[in-house]
This record gives sequence, C-alpha cells and structure tokens, in this order.
Amino acid sequence: MSPKGRPEGESVPKRLSAKGSPVSAPACGTVAAPRTAASYKSSYKPIWCPGCGDFSVLSSVTKALAQLDLPPERVAVVSGIGCSSRIPAYTACYGFHGVHGRSLAAATGLKVARPDLTVLVTGGDGDGYSIGGNHFLHACRRNVDLTYVVMDNHVYGMTKGQPSPTTEPDWDSKLAPGGTGLRVFHPLVVALASGANFVARGFAGDPNGTARIIAEAIRHPGFSFVEVLSPCVTFRPEQRQWKGAVRPAPVDPTDDAATAARRVMSDDGFNIGILYAGDRPAYRGYPQPARATPADLEAEFEL
Amino acid sequence: MKSSPVAPRPATPSLADFMARAIAMELEAAQRYEEFADAMEAHNNPEVAAMFRKLAVIEARHGDQLLAQMGWTELPFQPRIAFEGFEGPETAPVDAVHYLMKPWHVLELALAGEERAVRFFDHLARTTDDAAVRSAAEEMREEEREHVELVRAWMQKVEPPPEGWEIDPDPPRYTD
Repeated sequence: MSPKGRPEGESVPKRLSAKGSPVSAPACGTVAAPRTAASYKSSYKPIWCPGCGDFSVLSSVTKALAQLDLPPERVAVVSGIGCSSRIPAYTACYGFHGVHGRSLAAATGLKVARPDLTVLVTGGDGDGYSIGGNHFLHACRRNVDLTYVVMDNHVYGMTKGQPSPTTEPDWDSKLAPGGTGLRVFHPLVVALASGANFVARGFAGDPNGTARIIAEAIRHPGFSFVEVLSPCVTFRPEQRQWKGAVRPAPVDPTDDAATAARRVMSDDGFNIGILYAGDRPAYRGYPQPARATPADLEAEFEL
Repeated sequence: MKSSPVAPRPATPSLADFMARAIAMELEAAQRYEEFADAMEAHNNPEVAAMFRKLAVIEARHGDQLLAQMGWTELPFQPRIAFEGFEGPETAPVDAVHYLMKPWHVLELALAGEERAVRFFDHLARTTDDAAVRSAAEEMREEEREHVELVRAWMQKVEPPPEGWEIDPDPPRYTD
C-alpha cells in the first residue's frame, strides 16, 4: 500500500513507519535483539474472563507492533473505559486510560502535540459508538494520523451485560426484556461516510490475520479504523459461533469510497479484511513549534 | 488481505519452510497455553493454571528441539501458515476455556490439539511432492501420535469433571 495521503514530493523513508514515527537504528557496531510480540507486553496480567476475545486482540496488537519493529517508547496506546479499554496497562508502550468515550479526543490531542509518536486508540463498542459516538464521527472527519481498534462484542460487558449500539434488536436479556427493538449501529458504514481513510474488520479468532490488518492500519496515513469482532463469552456465549460465520472478504481492498460503500451496505457483518484504503491527506495542522513552556501554562493557573 | 511486512516464506515449499511452520505451530500453541495459565491464575483456578503452564513448557520444549534439529536459534523467517482454520492445529481456540474448568478439560483441549496436528502432518505427508518434506512430515505425524497417546494416558490419571462443574452459585450472568 502506498502512502498516498502524503503531500506530493514528500517521500516516506523505508524505515519510517507507523504513522510517521522514525524507527531508531541500532548504534554502530551493535546488533539490536529483534523485537517480538513479547517486547510490547507489560508484566501486568489481563483480568479479562478466560475465553474473552480481547486476549487475542492484545496479542494481535503486540504482533503488529513487532512486525513494524517500533520501539515501544515511540508508541502510545490510549483508551476509554470498558473491558477492552484496559489494554494500555497490558502493553509496554506509553498508555493513557482515560475518560469514558473520550479516548479519541485524548489521542487526537496527543498526536497533534507529538506527531513523532505512533498513537493507537483501543476500546469497545459501548465506549466508541455510544458514549464516544460523536468523537468517533469527528475523528473520522478530521483524519488525524491515528489507528483506532474497536473490540466489538455487542454488549457492555464490564457493567454486566447491557445492550450496546451494536446489540441485535431482538437480543433478550433481563436488562432489556424482549430486546431493545432498536436498529443496530453500523460502524464500518459510519466510519466510511464520516471520512475515515482506512476501514477494516478483523476477528479475535484470527489473531495473525488481525495483526496484519492492524499493521496495515498503522502504516496507512490518516485515521484508520479497525473493527474487531471480539466475543464476550460471559454475557454473549452464543458469540462462540462467530468462528463459523466469519470468512475472509472475497474481494480486495478498494480505494474508491463509492465501491466500498456499496460493498459494506450489503455486508452481513462477518466479512473480514481491509474494506477501504483511501488517499485523503492526513490532517496536517502540525507540527508547529511550541509557543509556551510548561511554566507559562502553570502561570495561567496561579491564584 | 494485504501482504505482511515480515519476510514471506519461500515461493517453493522446502524442508526449511516446512520446519519453520512446524516450529511456529509449537511456539504459538505454547503462547496460547501461557495466556490461558495467566487467565486462570487471575481467576483463582490455580490447579488448571498449573496444568496449562506445564503444557506451555512441553510445547515450547518441542519447538526448541525442532529449532536445534535445524541448527537454528530462532526462526530465520516468519512462515505464512495456511491451515484449515485461522490458527495452527495445536493452538487451542481462545474461547475454549471457562473460569471454572477442571484439569480434565485442559487435557481434553490438549488431546484435540494433538489430534489436529496428526491430521495436519498426515495431510502434508500425503500431498507433498518433496521427498525430504514428506519424510519430515511423517516423522512429525508419528511424534504427534505419541503425544496423543501420552495425553490419553494422562487423562486416565485425572478425575473427570463432576456433573454441574460449570455451575457458579454467584454467576456473572444477568441474562438468563
């Protein structure tokens, strides 16, 4: 995939990867140990329910970073609230576990202030499509160089199983007897219509394939959106059947938004792979030299 | 799907390519068992955690043996592995565990993985045109058959799960 989103004449060095982050080279005369997925995992062990798809997505994120050979200290992982939003603590990268639904706002600020960092945003369907829904639309529209990975399990798992925007209208539960009767939110459709420059879907049961998609998403300029179907075995045990429903999309990615729109509007939600890789230039409002020092900012708060 | 940035496997499958696949299979299976062990420790199921940890050691040791057999210290290239499903035959599915599962269930998972590995290597041995690959695949198939028997014997020594093992008097579900 060519970095089409960059201005004419701005070549991308071969070792420049991951949304603009320069990759550090080993010093002369030394041989750096190759980074593996384990290089990006922290010593904290996940507390997700055994069987949760998020284990697999964590593995995919770390494998993708290893494929790109990014120094962990050049990567920031930003999240909101929810089971999947715990990911920053489980990585050895910089992390920010922020406010519910506001991960994209925090990540946008970080990327604009520190364009040299690779910024990943992780979260769930409730955090991203409901509480953070408006931020999702405008993050797509702004097209800042971020990679947003949403672990979609069609339920609020951390708070005991309330329906989320992607929950099926007839999903019956004590918290929504008879189902909500509400039309589901279509994340890929919304991302595409709102201007995301890269739109894809992965599946937690395919960690290697999802790692490749995330690596491509990180490489692609602009806002990259990766929805990952990540079963919740506790509140949606029937999602174990997803493994029999998903299949690689039978078509190659397109850079034509109209073609992608036609495909995704007839999609049953179980085609995995890259749907759209566009060429819209990433937001270029940075870098700008800092005009204030931390001391100047502190001075504004003096009483 | 787009191509991976890692070095692709050689265009013509060779013995090195085959062995790289076999080693990657073992190491990925070991990693999955490690993840399961961590999860079970976090959920206060130490007996099952210890058993997953033991399986992880066994799989990793097998991977290391294969590396040594090839004279490698690490995989020289990242193989692209084509399996029937999304993952290698020895890798237990990520959703195949339960926080109340018993050691017998762990062995049941391991047995299924070893049986899938037998079928995988048997298929390779019967379909490859390369004599060296065929010989190696047959050898691996026999090793996996031995593992199947070892796990079966192990299961005989482990108490089967009692009826209702999955019943939690304080369940997290609100949905039934």
